[in-house]
Amino acid sequence: MSNIPADLKYARTHEWLRMEADGTVTVGISDHAQDALGDLVFVETPEAGRSVKAGEACAVVESVKAASDVYSPIDGEVIEGNAALADQPELLNTDPYGAGWIMKIRPAGPESPALLDAKAYAATLED
Amino acid sequence: MPFIPHTEDDIREMLAAIGVAGIEQLFDEIPPGLKIEALANVPAALGEMEIQRLMRERAALDAGHLNFIGAGAYEHHIPAAVWEISTRGEFYSAYTPYQAEASQGTLQLIYEYQSMMAALTGLDVSNASLYDGASAMGEAALMAVRANRGSKSGRILVPATVNPVYRRVAESIAGNQGLSFETVPYCADSGTTLPAALRRWDDEDVTALVIQQPNFFGGYEDVAALTDWARAKGTLVIAVVNPTSLALLTPPGQWGEGGADIACGEGQPLGVPLSSGGPYFGFLACRSALVRQMPGRIVGRTVDLDGRDGFALTLQAREQHIRRSKATSNICTNQGLLVTAATIYMSLLGAEGLGRVAAACVRNTAELVGQLVSIEGVRRAFAGSFFHESVLQLDRPVGPLLQALAERGILGGYDLSNDYPELGYALLVCATETRTATDIETYFQALNDVLRQARVA
Repeated sequence: MSNIPADLKYARTHEWLRMEADGTVTVGISDHAQDALGDLVFVETPEAGRSVKAGEACAVVESVKAASDVYSPIDGEVIEGNAALADQPELLNTDPYGAGWIMKIRPAGPESPALLDAKAYAATLED
Repeated sequence: MPFIPHTEDDIREMLAAIGVAGIEQLFDEIPPGLKIEALANVPAALGEMEIQRLMRERAALDAGHLNFIGAGAYEHHIPAAVWEISTRGEFYSAYTPYQAEASQGTLQLIYEYQSMMAALTGLDVSNASLYDGASAMGEAALMAVRANRGSKSGRILVPATVNPVYRRVAESIAGNQGLSFETVPYCADSGTTLPAALRRWDDEDVTALVIQQPNFFGGYEDVAALTDWARAKGTLVIAVVNPTSLALLTPPGQWGEGGADIACGEGQPLGVPLSSGGPYFGFLACRSALVRQMPGRIVGRTVDLDGRDGFALTLQAREQHIRRSKATSNICTNQGLLVTAATIYMSLLGAEGLGRVAAACVRNTAELVGQLVSIEGVRRAFAGSFFHESVLQLDRPVGPLLQALAERGILGGYDLSNDYPELGYALLVCATETRTATDIETYFQALNDVLRQARVA
């Protein structure tokens, strides 16, 4: 059973979101997603300043067997990509909810109703 | 390896297994407006007897001429061993088989090829080849746009001294993918791209700058100054180079302070016959930081479970069978047979041999140009030194003169008047190592006669 922290929000496409105290949102991929991808060898993070729409592909995670898009779960502006992933893509495997975060976004507009809480996300994994 | 086509039953069974009614349904995602019903301009099929005859007749049209045309494809001596070995059963296929690792010999050959091309270009990584030099430049432009994330414009600067065919092909491949190609004018005296010509883009967002060395006119660009200009403003540098010339010239990886980012070009000079324009192969090399944006396949060297050396396809996650429509390109190893020939060619010549070929080309072309400009009505279009091609200006239209030379069995060069009307009656000539002193003398006499007759007429 994969780890699904209760304090985060999730997208059906396996991204997680953490609402930070300063109003920004940190985004990564779930423990389930990193486990399904296998050992990650490369992560392409978006550049700061880029405007993203909810559902827009804005990062790429590449494992030994696949390269997959990471979609922005919200509208907003990217304020930082996780530079540590350039040299240590494995952080996504070892610490998907911590050091393996992918990007920080300053949200524009209200949160999408399509986002899931931990329980609802866990239910999607059981299907 | 046997090729076993699937029967109608096999196809039905496979379609049933995935729940699809017909093969057409697998192509549903292509909008109907983009599909054509039939290929209207393709002639009817010919039988083996007819096609053999047609090909023999076409081949005969090319044979027996004394050739002084370059312009992107070059007649070099090909040691007999090159195609003797390339056409052995073990090598004689363009394709890497499915389950490529089962074919270690093919992978090792590609790995050796990549290593040689990386050494020639002075860059870190080479792919397993592309279709030809022109499409390689188009792929390099697309790659630069993917790789240069600091640039938003998709603007690629292409000097007018880059092969005009390459410019047209790159436009065809990439022009509808959000890229724009802008032409940098050349200096009328030197026939090269002056660094000052780039100043109008000093404050503009430019994704990449293409530099061809030697350029289409055979002259030498100031690659260091052009590269430094680009790198200082975050513009990637795409080198278009002739592989033979790299035995003597500074490799792209060492241009200027930081070197070019991508090098590409036509591989034909490395052991591939002219054969009416193809098949040839393109090469593409880059610095390792850009490798994930590189199109095509890459073979890597590894060790197996027992620690023995082996070869494997690597970085496949970027490729179309995994990444689908987001793949870096749809290129695999289609030109593998030409790559085989090129690898054997380079192995036989070695660095020193390739250097001797290049030096002989330079010497012969200098001799040719020196003789031709002594003819009344013939002069050099540009000052400055040149590799194995140079532009001559004549005192009358080039087309009829080339026709008259062809009647004497001489292919006298490439007529530039369509691509560069501003040069007047301009002819691009080339003499590789295959042209002897007698050949050059023959051309000199023939051009002298043809011009004299034209003047009298």
